[in-house]
Amino acid sequence: MSLVAVIDYGMGNLRSVAKALEHVNSKVRVKVTADAADISAADHIVFPGQGAMGPAMSALCERGLDEILLREMGHKPFLGVCLGLQVMMESSEENGGTQGLGLLPGQVKRFPDPHTGPEGGERLKVPHMGWNECHQVQAHPLWEGIDQDSRFYFVHSYYVTTDDPDEIAGSCDYGLNFVAAACRENMFAVQFHPEKSAQAGLKLLENFLGWDGQRD
Amino acid sequence: MGLAKRIIPCLDVRDGRVVKGVRFVDIRDAGDPVEVARRYDKEGADEITFLDITASSDNRDTIVHVVEAVASEVFIPLTVGGGIRKVGDIRCMLNAGADKVGINTAAVSNPELVKEASDAVGAQCIVVAIDAKQASKEGEPKCWEIFTHGGRKPTGIDAIEWAIRMQDYGAGEILLTSMDRDGTKTGFDLDLTRAVCEAVNIPVIASGGVGNLQHLADGVSIGGADAVLAASIFHFAEYSVGEAKKFMADQGIEVRL
Repeated sequence: MSLVAVIDYGMGNLRSVAKALEHVNSKVRVKVTADAADISAADHIVFPGQGAMGPAMSALCERGLDEILLREMGHKPFLGVCLGLQVMMESSEENGGTQGLGLLPGQVKRFPDPHTGPEGGERLKVPHMGWNECHQVQAHPLWEGIDQDSRFYFVHSYYVTTDDPDEIAGSCDYGLNFVAAACRENMFAVQFHPEKSAQAGLKLLENFLGWDGQRD
Repeated sequence: MGLAKRIIPCLDVRDGRVVKGVRFVDIRDAGDPVEVARRYDKEGADEITFLDITASSDNRDTIVHVVEAVASEVFIPLTVGGGIRKVGDIRCMLNAGADKVGINTAAVSNPELVKEASDAVGAQCIVVAIDAKQASKEGEPKCWEIFTHGGRKPTGIDAIEWAIRMQDYGAGEILLTSMDRDGTKTGFDLDLTRAVCEAVNIPVIASGGVGNLQHLADGVSIGGADAVLAASIFHFAEYSVGEAKKFMADQGIEVRL
């Protein structure tokens, strides 16, 4: 039975992620864990998280998870979710400037306050909370069976931006265009919460559990 | 295209069962929370809110089991409110699978709780519920007072000032209920909704008074709400969530279909 490690570094409740993974594939064993042995033994790694980037990086480093992840994520199918995506970036403006793991090229920025649409029209609320469209900008095994521009559930006040278009898998508009999904080799990471995004989200998780980490 | 306006069915839960009633009167059993939540999810609900109205403190943990059961089968955001007093209560709900927790009375008696909770679990998990009633007389500029304890206790606090303060304390969202309209089926208090939506920069959910689908649409297009919450029109199967969404979409409101 293949093992899915959901990394627990004390940043929010992981029960929903674990339940959703179990729901889409009854043949996998899902373990919420911070244990190096579990992570090494896992076939798939899910890296969730919510809250702030500074405490998240501190929590990872305190547990020695940053090094374990950098070692293990080299080849295994790896899915970052929400703060998990942001932590994979190079740096964030949050908490007075925070270094990320640097696994993907990009920066994490805060939505401006006040935030308006590009034409300066309607004022946009922060956090960006609710169902927005994710535009798939490149084909990827994780998009399989998910309609173009499907809506996913987002909740965040910081967003990811990158100069490297090759690593953008999906984009979203909320006053500005930001990275809704990023990918590189065996890594895929999303700003939205697939575990809270009804059918589209469950399909993405199902695709992830069936993914071998290869691109084609 | 962009962020969709949300439709949120609200379930009253007592002793672990969904109950239907009008203004806490004539309460009848309306089934298993998991089954009702599953139906709303299938109809396209964007979130589900549970309001725990369990009277006895002995049965307070029944809501935790309800959340656990629903969160294991329904994969959309879940909010739980009712009887939340301390950060421990909030953690308990989040660990059970809730995404957001509504605080009402406890926020008024101890506003620091909102700050503490927001720092501990993140603003995105904290919904401050405001029950407001018009306090101005006919002809005066409109103002509203907030009430606690299920709308029974006046506080003397202005609703708009309170909403701003709660935002500053770290609320991630406001659930705004008009006490004047709740249960009347005459539509949201749109002046109240608009006033709060304009005063804060966090999302506002309009609640209280929905009797038909036009009321839901008005909450968004006139009131300016980011989301609309209704209980009875969905419970009594007068309309499905899907019909509500289609109606709103036909009026040019962006929804998740």
